[in-house]
Amino acid sequence: MREPERQSEFSLAALKAGDRDEFARLVDVYSGPIYRLALKILNDAQDAEEVLQETFIKAYRHLSTFEGRSSLATWLYRIAVNEALMMVRQPHPNVVSTDEEVQTNDGELEPLQIVDWHNLPEDELLSAETQTVLDTVIRRLPETLRVVFVLRDIQDLSVKETAEALNLSETAVKTRLLRARLRLREYLSTYFKERLSENSKRTK
Amino acid sequence: MLPMENKTCQQLLQSLSDYIDGTLDPSLCDILEQHLSGCENCQIVYNTTLKTIDLYHTAASHEVLPGDVRKRLFLRLNLEDYLQKE
Repeated sequence: MREPERQSEFSLAALKAGDRDEFARLVDVYSGPIYRLALKILNDAQDAEEVLQETFIKAYRHLSTFEGRSSLATWLYRIAVNEALMMVRQPHPNVVSTDEEVQTNDGELEPLQIVDWHNLPEDELLSAETQTVLDTVIRRLPETLRVVFVLRDIQDLSVKETAEALNLSETAVKTRLLRARLRLREYLSTYFKERLSENSKRTK
Repeated sequence: MLPMENKTCQQLLQSLSDYIDGTLDPSLCDILEQHLSGCENCQIVYNTTLKTIDLYHTAASHEVLPGDVRKRLFLRLNLEDYLQKE
């Protein structure tokens, strides 16, 4: 699913000049990935659609000031992430700062669930139920971790691009990515542990 | 013997992301791979972490932009004349 580097396919000069053909092509190429990104962060189709629209409206307005320091894709993701995070933060003004949640005690990286589920049959790993579990447990990540995981592991941005899109250092991205991956592994292990024990009961 | 083993398990955990992403220093890679081959728990953590990433990745690759969402986006951007072009 890796998004190919398509920037070279776009004429920046045309985009900056407000060329509609070129802008329509840009929208066509990136609307899918940006919608997916917003959906993963917000987990609400209507909110994700609003982010999608706002992203391209802002992009169109600000293309003339795009300096090309990052790729066009990273620039678009950055707008989308900002829009999505604004939406996440709006209705919950009293939620504790999510940056604090990242700084947790030392024991956090210790995996608790040592269950080998990675060889479960594909139909089990890709079942509709598993799909729901994936969506449910990713929501349990604080948004600071979730955004990094989504950009890096779902949208396939590099660590450098993720750092650019989030205005973070690469070190911060790596730290958060590790925490996000390990936490999700932990959540999924808890789920699959039950599946495995159910399976073994059934075969007895 | 045990505490030493524990320390390498912790080291593996700290370096797991870099190892998965192939950005880990080669000398550290050798140490960790040697440890991995003999430590069942670390093998499980490594394999299930890889699978976790893989599951999310695979699931997302099946998701496409719904047609009505695409249509409303083009309308909002005054690009409705481009809607026919898939």
